[in-house]
Amino acid sequence: MAKLTRRTTLQAAVASTLALPALLPRQAIGQQKPSEIRLGISTFLSGPASVFGVPGRNAADLLIEQFNRAGGIGGVPIRSIVIDEAPGVDFLLGECRRLVQNEGVDVMLASISSGSCLAVAPLAEQLRMPTILWDCGTQRIFEEASYRYCVRTQANAVPEIVAPLLYLMKIRPDFRTLAVLNQDYAWGRDSWAIWKAAMDAVKPGVRVVAELFPRFGATDFSTEITRLLALRPDVIFSTSWGGELDTFIRQAAERRLFERSTFVLPLVESSLERVGKTLPEGVIVGGRGDHWFLHPTAKDTRILKDFTAAYRQRFNLYPIYPTFHMAQALYGLKAGYEKAISANGGSWPSREQLMDTMRGLEFAHLTGTMKIREDGQGLEPMLIGMTKHVNEYPFPVIDRMVLFPPELTMNPIGTKGLDWVRLLTPASVQRAPAEIPYRA
Amino acid sequence: MDRRLTLPTLAAATTVVALAIAAPWLKFVFTVALAKGLAVLGILLLLRAGQVSFGHALYIAVGAYTVAFLRPAIGEVLLLLPLAATAGTIVGFAVGLFVARYRDIFFGMLNLAFSMVFYSLLEKLYAYTKGTDGIRVPRPTIGGVTLDPVAYEWAVLVGTLALALTLGWLVSRFLASPLGQALPAIKTRETRLEFAGISAKRVLLVAYVASAALAGLGGGIIACTTLHVTPLLSYWTHSGELVFIAILGGAGSVLGPFLGAAVYELVRVYAAAAFPDAWQMILGAVLLVIILFAARGLWGMYEDLVLRKDRRA
Repeated sequence: MAKLTRRTTLQAAVASTLALPALLPRQAIGQQKPSEIRLGISTFLSGPASVFGVPGRNAADLLIEQFNRAGGIGGVPIRSIVIDEAPGVDFLLGECRRLVQNEGVDVMLASISSGSCLAVAPLAEQLRMPTILWDCGTQRIFEEASYRYCVRTQANAVPEIVAPLLYLMKIRPDFRTLAVLNQDYAWGRDSWAIWKAAMDAVKPGVRVVAELFPRFGATDFSTEITRLLALRPDVIFSTSWGGELDTFIRQAAERRLFERSTFVLPLVESSLERVGKTLPEGVIVGGRGDHWFLHPTAKDTRILKDFTAAYRQRFNLYPIYPTFHMAQALYGLKAGYEKAISANGGSWPSREQLMDTMRGLEFAHLTGTMKIREDGQGLEPMLIGMTKHVNEYPFPVIDRMVLFPPELTMNPIGTKGLDWVRLLTPASVQRAPAEIPYRA
Repeated sequence: MDRRLTLPTLAAATTVVALAIAAPWLKFVFTVALAKGLAVLGILLLLRAGQVSFGHALYIAVGAYTVAFLRPAIGEVLLLLPLAATAGTIVGFAVGLFVARYRDIFFGMLNLAFSMVFYSLLEKLYAYTKGTDGIRVPRPTIGGVTLDPVAYEWAVLVGTLALALTLGWLVSRFLASPLGQALPAIKTRETRLEFAGISAKRVLLVAYVASAALAGLGGGIIACTTLHVTPLLSYWTHSGELVFIAILGGAGSVLGPFLGAAVYELVRVYAAAAFPDAWQMILGAVLLVIILFAARGLWGMYEDLVLRKDRRA
């Protein structure tokens, strides 16, 4: 055994020297225009979060086809390689290594799960792999570490929770009691912590009458609904999503819980088509960012109309927020490459040039424009509104929309979101922009 | 060690190193596979006694979280891994005292219950465990040396390989010992064992604690390799994965678990690469084929094909 170990150690020493050139990025050596941009995408293709993962993958397929028809990025076509993040971190990290070291991927679009992103970001740094965090929500990524090879082309949990709170304060400033019903996992806990801290700052004295955390994957909410019916809170806050949110909405509607309390559902945009008009009017809706297929300022633009039509034709569903997050990542990547190419005098940029360009980049996507901050965090406005039933659609649409700018809802570089929200004041509510009504 | 095993062991170890040299990304996959192989080695001990645990991911998670919690205080792999194994041993002993009294489906289900309780704790004690987001493990030192990422990956792979060889050898010695021989007796007829003056409960407890220690060590290695631990490690699907690997590799030899783990990880990686939407189906099909046509696993196939031919010649 000792012999073998010694030999393997020797081999290891030789191998690590041999492996070094293979690890260096191709562009850093050649700087030649590649024949294709290989894009690794990690997303949920199985499990409960595939309600987001599959629409995200579908959007990537559709947009990459569109990009390639129009000449790709800087004349280079894109090829995507999709991996499933459902089996967990140990599998995902192995897959990322395979994509980088075996498939020669040029850019990664990483992950829906915050746990996956927290694990992938340091690996991206180690492998010097340009990585766009396309959908995960945790604010911890850029607050707890700084990364050269990671950027995020969307907001994070802080504005996603602060914006609905400011909206609630604007629409219904007189509420006095509140109950929360969140899934019992990191996002459910994190989002409640942000909401509670922010609410105590902008409206001290609200009584929290119930904190309900049914287990992740629960299929029955009858006990929770009974308690909420008895407690009669003015507001019910829930950041649940997917099948659980659909079930909760159906069971709550059945028992007329919507008639007693104002609901704040920051992720319900992704469930609207599935639950249909079971979801009554007057519910506060969010969709994790500045996007909706009937976005108030972009709904008549060619680009959004074409995308919605193409997406509907191919997948027979309306696009939801993960579709738009994927679009933001792809449009951001395209803009980043194009800017880096022109800054580089027309020749192909290195990974480092690309990532340096991504910081401070302002780019247009399907529903507007957004900016990536110096620390890599995206600055995205937040579209919040209220459900309304109209005849044109078999599901609720969003009315009384407010587009919260990032200055109002996002903590500055170097601050921690959870500390920053405690500094919010009732004046923050006054600075909210005017409502935009729904137009057919 | 059984002389029949020397050649395939050397061949397998060389193949692992050669493949890892040829494809750098396989270093990670093999390290995780060997770490899981250690846990499955523990499952094999229990399988010898005819008991199937559907909860051994518990000890993997105990080992991994031990590393994650102690990492801020201790930055040395050579200390963290023994501590992970110790934590596995302690928890294994506490749980083992209870479950060693049960057999068959009750044994399996109680193990499942304990692992799911631990999973829920990891999720619910959000303030300590950061819930499903998991805990980041900064890269530790090895023997006091801070290695660059590539050298670190090699060191962990080679170290794990050495551990797998040593522990595989130890387990094969254990199985040949009187105590190890008592395990199959639990499977065939426990009463006879008791009449021979040997406590079946104690035999099973020893095997159980050993299996927990192995899984704890495996979990520690996984944490040192992935550098990020999440509660999913103790979820029942991961326990099922270990049993899957044990069946795939075959319970006939201590090489089975490692063979099974390597094949499992490779099948999963390549199935996921070729069919991102249907890789679970491929894995399921592989298991069905093994159960239907080679009930003694990959090792059984090897025995049938190679060893029997040797005997004839």
